[in-house]
Amino acid sequence: MKQKPVYTFLILMVIGVFLVFAGAPKISDYEIVEVENTVEVTSDDSYNKMMDVLTHQRCMNCHPSDHIPKQGDTSHPHHFGMARGEDDHGFEATSCNTCHQSENNLNSGVPGAPHWALAPASMAWEGLTREQIAERLLDKSTNGNRSHQELIEHMTEDDLVLWAWEPGVDADGKPRTIPPVSKEDFKKAVENWFADGAIIPSK
Amino acid sequence: MEISLTVNGILKTVDIADENTPLLWVVRDTLDLKGTKFGCGKAACGACTLLVDDEAVRSCSYPVKFAEGKKVTTIEGLGDRENPHPVQQAWIEEIVPQCGYCQPGFMMATAALLNKVPKPTDEDIDKNIINVCRCGTYYRMRKAIHKAAELQAEKVINESKEV
Repeated sequence: MKQKPVYTFLILMVIGVFLVFAGAPKISDYEIVEVENTVEVTSDDSYNKMMDVLTHQRCMNCHPSDHIPKQGDTSHPHHFGMARGEDDHGFEATSCNTCHQSENNLNSGVPGAPHWALAPASMAWEGLTREQIAERLLDKSTNGNRSHQELIEHMTEDDLVLWAWEPGVDADGKPRTIPPVSKEDFKKAVENWFADGAIIPSK
Repeated sequence: MEISLTVNGILKTVDIADENTPLLWVVRDTLDLKGTKFGCGKAACGACTLLVDDEAVRSCSYPVKFAEGKKVTTIEGLGDRENPHPVQQAWIEEIVPQCGYCQPGFMMATAALLNKVPKPTDEDIDKNIINVCRCGTYYRMRKAIHKAAELQAEKVINESKEV
């Protein structure tokens, strides 16, 4: 009596294996598709990657439109009433450098990088569309009078810009978020976008 | 590693295992100058404010390595009993402190402000003096800051007469 379920199971297994092989497709059933090894990177791809970074909090927090630096992933106004001041470095005796030094402070969680400051008011991007940001980026009257080559250097070599990928930890010791595109991909995207003529897609 | 800095006018060389040690702890524990206080440790409250090359700095968030070769002024070096700094004199005259813990930081921040803005307005004070006092002595501090500006102006006039 005890062996009956075992025989039933074995019979079902044999039938199942037979059906699987009987129904399996042959090689000739497949269509062979040639896949290109290289994926073409368009100017739009570069533009989008670049903009994914420029609109990230790590960049946008210091490009305010209201002269008030922002903090954190929520981009809340900087604590303590800090603001742009006369020279983008805060106020006379309480400036950015009262707290922010040339590198991140992992003890206090205060971020830092060389020439820590707000971007000039002419480079205010907060609240703008990607297209408007790109227009400002290319306009010498709103980009610090930079040529395309100078913009590439600024965006790919400046320590304060590249701080976005090494933002240290916050006051709770938690690592700050970084832009959604890697530093190397961002650099390539910037170079490619300018090499392709710095075309703003919507235009 | 050895770091040399001038503290309250005296050249000091300290041997530090970790160059990222906050200047606050070097001042307090290594140099035994206890006037500078630890508050939040996050550069937020300002209790640890001192001057580095005459600029206000939150020393809890200032690695000692950055002080190499620089001039550091703590509350002990601002003035003394015989010759108090105008800020110290004003603080005494206006009887500012309650518990007093945060006051050195406020006084150093005020000294830095008067170096930059000799006659600060209330707005200047609001922008620049952003330390935290849990006793709420802000009203008396504001009066003391204005008083310190007057005392400093008088001092400058008197010194110019002597010259």
